[in-house]
Formats: sequence, C-alpha cells, structure tokens
Amino acid sequence: MASKLTTSNRAGWAFALPGFGLLAMFIVVPFFFAFFLSLTNQRLISPNPTEFVGLDNYRNLLGIRVLSIEPEVNAAGEIVRDETGAPEYPRVRTFTRNNPDYPQYAGMREWFRWHSGDTAKVVVARDVVFWKSLRNTLMFVLVVAPVQGALALGLALLINQRLRAINIYRAIYFMPVVVSIVVVSLLWRFLYAEEGLLNSILHGLSFGMFEGRDWLGDPDTALGAIKAMSIWQAVGFHMVIWLSGLQTISPTLYEASAIEGASKWQTFRYVTWPGLRNTAVLVLIVITMQAFALFAQIDVMTNGGPLDSTTTVVFQAVERGYGKQDISGGAAISVILFLLVLTISLIQRYLTREK
Amino acid sequence: MNLSTTLAGALVASTSIVGMAAAQTELTMWYHGGGNEVESDLLDSIVTDFNAAQSDWMVSVESFPQGSYNDSVVAAALAGNLPCILDVDGPVMPNWAWAGYMQPLPISDAALDGHLDSTIGRWAGEVYSVGLWEAAVALYARQSTLDALGLRTPTLDAPWDTEEFMGALEAAKASGDYEFAFDPGMAWTGEWYPYAFSPFLQSFGGDIVDRSTYQTAEGALNGDAAIAFGDWWQSLFTEGYAPVSQDPATRDTGFIDGKYAFSWNGNWAGVATLDGGVDDVVFLPAPDFGNGPVIGAGSWQFGASGTCEHPDGVAAFVEHALQDEYLAAFSDGIGLIPSTTEAAAMTTNYAPGGALEPFFGLSEAQALVRPVSPGYVVAAKVFEKALADIANGADVADTLDAAVDEINTDIERNGGYGH
Repeated sequence: MASKLTTSNRAGWAFALPGFGLLAMFIVVPFFFAFFLSLTNQRLISPNPTEFVGLDNYRNLLGIRVLSIEPEVNAAGEIVRDETGAPEYPRVRTFTRNNPDYPQYAGMREWFRWHSGDTAKVVVARDVVFWKSLRNTLMFVLVVAPVQGALALGLALLINQRLRAINIYRAIYFMPVVVSIVVVSLLWRFLYAEEGLLNSILHGLSFGMFEGRDWLGDPDTALGAIKAMSIWQAVGFHMVIWLSGLQTISPTLYEASAIEGASKWQTFRYVTWPGLRNTAVLVLIVITMQAFALFAQIDVMTNGGPLDSTTTVVFQAVERGYGKQDISGGAAISVILFLLVLTISLIQRYLTREK
Repeated sequence: MNLSTTLAGALVASTSIVGMAAAQTELTMWYHGGGNEVESDLLDSIVTDFNAAQSDWMVSVESFPQGSYNDSVVAAALAGNLPCILDVDGPVMPNWAWAGYMQPLPISDAALDGHLDSTIGRWAGEVYSVGLWEAAVALYARQSTLDALGLRTPTLDAPWDTEEFMGALEAAKASGDYEFAFDPGMAWTGEWYPYAFSPFLQSFGGDIVDRSTYQTAEGALNGDAAIAFGDWWQSLFTEGYAPVSQDPATRDTGFIDGKYAFSWNGNWAGVATLDGGVDDVVFLPAPDFGNGPVIGAGSWQFGASGTCEHPDGVAAFVEHALQDEYLAAFSDGIGLIPSTTEAAAMTTNYAPGGALEPFFGLSEAQALVRPVSPGYVVAAKVFEKALADIANGADVADTLDAAVDEINTDIERNGGYGH
C-alpha cells in the first residue's frame, strides 16, 4: 500500500535516519539484548560460560504464594495464646527452610500477612525486596503523577500573567530542574536530617510542640519525604510544558468568554482546560514514565532503606546488575519494568483518546 | 563500553608521549587515589624513582576517584583495555583473579619477608597482590572517660569480654554525659559494614560464609552464634546505646566533640582525633565476644592485570615500591599502617612510642582477613543490607536466613566460585 511515508520521500527518510539510528542503537538493540540476557545466567564478571536458563530469572523474581499457618495447639488441643489473647503461630522459617513437607515454599520469605479466623494467611515471596520495590514504585507513581501535574498546572496559571518581573518567578520555579538531581538530593538529605532545617522550622512553628524526627530514617516517612522532594524538584519542568500549552490557546477565546460574562472558573473549565487536552496527555505520560524511573534520589538519600521502604524497581535493577554482578537478574528486572510502563502508557493512551 | 573506549583513548594519548622519550618498555598503572594530592605525589615520587633506577621499564600512572575505581576496572576489563599494573582492594582481589582480570605476581619471597601477612593477597595458593600498608580498627575512647566511669583499660592480652563491654556502654549511657554511648559508624555505608562489623560476628563464632568450603553460608551466618550476634547488634540500637542513622559529618566529628563515649573507627581517623584536641585518646582493642577478639584486615594492594604481557616488570615495580622508605612515606603522608616493623620504626606515628603505635599491635594480634573468595563481593553487599535491616528493627533470624539464601544462590549460580 502506497502512502505518504513510502512514496518519493527519500529526503524525509534521510532526515529521520540519524534519529532512528540512534534510537535503534541505544534503545531498541539494548532492549533486545536485555531480553536475551534475562533468559541466561550471564554474570558481570565471570570466567564461567553463559548458560541458557529459560525463565528462571523471572521465576526467582516473581515467585509468590500464600501460606496458611494454623495456630499452635497444646496437648489438650487448645490454641496457645499469648498474654493479649492473640493466638501464637509457628515461625514462617519452619515452613520455608529445610522442610521436606513444604518444598513449594523453600527459600521463600514473608512479605506480609493477614488473619482469617485463627488461621494466619502469610504471603511469602521468593524475592520480597523486589515485590516491595514494585509496591514502592507504584505508590510513588500514584502520588507523584497527579500531584506534580496539578501543581505544575497551578504554577503555570500563576506565571501566565502580564505582571512586572514575572520572569523572575519563572526562573525561580524552574531553577530546581536545572540543578543536578544528585545535588538536590544531597541538599534535601540535610533538610530532612534529625537536626535539619525542616525539623527546626516545624519545631519553631509549633512553639516547640513538634519533636524532631528522622524523616529519611523512619520507614513510615522515608518514601513520603522522597515523594515531596521529587515533586518539588521536577514541578518546574512540567510547569513549562503547561505554560507552552497555555500560550497556544487563542486570546480571542478568552475575550469571547469575557464578553459572555464567564466567571474565572467557567473560563478555566470551558476554555483553558479543553485547550490543554493534548498538553495534559503529554504531561501525564511524561511524569508517569519519569516516576517509574526513580533512582538517583534513592541512591543518594536512602540506598533503598530503611527496611526496604524506599527501594524501587530501577534501584533494584542497578543494585543487582552492578552491585551484585548479576547482569541477567538486572536485565530481567528491566524487562519487567519495560512491560509495566508500556502497559500503563497504553492504558493511559486508551483512556485519554479522542472520543 | 563508551566510557572505557574514551579512557583507553586518553590512556593511549597520554602514554604515547612518554613512550617516545625512552627505550624502556611501557607499563601503565591505575590507582584508586584520584583527587588526593598527597597520595598522588607520594605515588609519583615512587614511580619517578623507579623509572630512573632501571632501564627496562617505564611506569606511567592514571588515577581514578575511589568511588568509581572498581567500576572503571570492570568496564575496562569487559572492553579488554586493562592497564598492566592494577591497584586492587584486598577483599576484591580473589574476584578479579578468578575472573581472569589479574594474574599471579612473580615476586620473590625475599621481597615479602617481614610483611604483615594480611598485606599479601593470595588466591589459589599464589601471590596475586601486595600492599604497601595495612589498616586497622580500634575502639576509640578517652582515658578520662575510662577513669570517670571506673572502667578497666583493656589490653591486647586481656581485652574486654561481652559483659565488660556492655557494662562500659551502660555506664556511659547512665552517666548522661554523652548523646550516645557507642558510635559504630553507621554513616559509612558500603564496605565499612563488612570490614568493621563482620569481625564482631566472627568474635561471636559466626562468619559471612563457611570458610571450610566457601560453598555455603548456612550455619555460619544464621547459626546460633550468628543469631546471638544479631540479637546483640539489634540491642545496641533498641537499648539506645548507638544511633541507627547518622550523617557523615557527625561520624567525623562526633567523638571529638564528645557526643560519643566510644567510637569504632580506623587508624586513618587517629591523626584527626589528636589534632582535634583529644589528647587523652586511647585506642582500645576489639572486645572478645566469646570466640576471640577480631578486627578486619586487608587494604589496597598492587598486582598485575590478566592481560599484562610483562608480569615480571610489574613484579620489579612492586618490589621497588615495597622498600621501607616508601612504606614509611605513605604512612606519614596519609596515616596508614606500614606493612613492616622496620618501616613502622621509621614513621612518626607508628614508631615505638608513636601516637598510633597501638594500631600496629592490633593488626598483628587481632587481624583476620575477610573471606578470601570471589563470592565475597556479593556476600559483602548482602551482609551490609542484613546489618542495616537488623539495626532498623527487622527480625534477626528471618533477616539472616534471607541473607544466607541470597549468598547461597549466588555461590550456586557461579558454580562454587572455583574453590
């Protein structure tokens, strides 16, 4: 079938070639290479020959099961309870270690548990850290994508005005984007420290009611702290994209709505927002993809700790591939991440399609 | 790939200029001390002396920042661009030797005479690398603290046992004079954890892997001794003796400022502590937790890369560098422990009566190298994470079990690492 792309379009293809070539060389080929590696036992450093291991790497990463544990019973057949009346359970390690009766759980580790009646349902995974990193990454995306997008839009609306010295504000909001993320992460590590700026401000504002806390050292607050910092850091970038979208909306539409007597909200709802449709899709997809790639902040600020509360998929891929020299395992994580991001991007495209 | 090509290009460019000047055979060398002027000057003077002293070899040095040094070597090795003389961290050497990045060093036994054993890197029965210096860890304290709390001063022959050590921490905590009784150095993530803390585990009777076979960590890292160690380690933090998280600045100055009563720190911090005004600092030996007192050993060493065509040239250079005057110069310059008693006598700090002399005794009496295995690189990472998790309150037995599984899987996937 002849189309504009194939007929007498040599110049077009010639112009596209450098771009396509670079994309192929640095994105497409490495991806297929990673996919191939993830099916082997390739090591970063090893004199041993590479062997094909099929889906072992994926099995080791994704293996997950639910283990039902009955409470301990004493000789009389009664359930043993501790002082608070809660039933006592045998340790998970009695099932997962050297227990020939439960070969399917061998080498697995508890992720979390819930109770149904007196039976404890324990979710055990072959690689708990990877599952935690998946959960952390998804939680990060779920919060950062909408909040960062909305904040950026708010800032864009604020600076899209004819005010004196508005460029100064634009520069201020954009500044964190220009600074290296490593530097920003280091600075925020000091802000979040136990004797850091954030604690002393909160202490002052609450007239001494607020006790300082170690934001990055507490599993409950560490990921939240990194979310806040990441949103602040990249919000300026998306503000600029929103701004460019805002400036493509024709002033005549605003004049018309003003003549019609539209309120500020109505103007935003029926003129600005529909005009930003394509920008919104772009911003959403870009933020989502950037959020999935969360790495530098983790590497500088927490190293995935405390207790795996901030570990992410990309951090795990690097840690495994380079730190632990397991290139095939790192490649498997990259492939899983690729499929995950691809799926989510396709869903987003579908949901935001032109109806 | 790209990085190493650039590096190789730079290397070729920089070495060809020197190469034209003489008929000596070119030997390139990579060093981990990039950015440290004192260290670079010391090494340069050794290299200049060596190049002038004989007519066969011409050494040229390329320095890298320590943080990215190992990555640079691995990248260069994958691309086949290794230099001839490699600088290697002691515990990493077996990994590189096993992978073929290094070859045995044909050095004469005479040159190694009198060297601290832990400065000689051996793998599969052969010498691969030799170090000009050693490092050691001690329990920093003030004599005034010991006196005020009424504590016995431990010695190499009679170190504190578990009870005395915990009693000392309790006394320091009860005195209320210190923010924390004990500073293990939690801020120094990375190799510090296995280097500084695995000796505690070994003193309890456990280890990172079972050193009789190097094929499993089962029993060594999750046996009764290891679980006792884990419980003790966790109690340091739950009982409030030590801070779980610490920023690097406090690590550097906390003991000097009097925030901590005891600090677990290396000889390299000794000079700074004395300069910081702690005149009555004492360097106490590691406590004995039941299986003898232990500190870590093995520092940076020199060896020949696997692709080097002139290992005899490398050996000649290393033999030249091992002269006592250079060992002493390095020690005076950057505070490290010289490898021989003779060199120690020539230094300001490690000579008999010198301020840091106790460290030399510690290295001789308590030092135990980290597991000599290519798998150590991975095991060290796993161990670090396990200790951080336990300090943060994770279940001790489960965490150690998981660490054992991860180490064993890694050993298995590497076909036993050639032991």
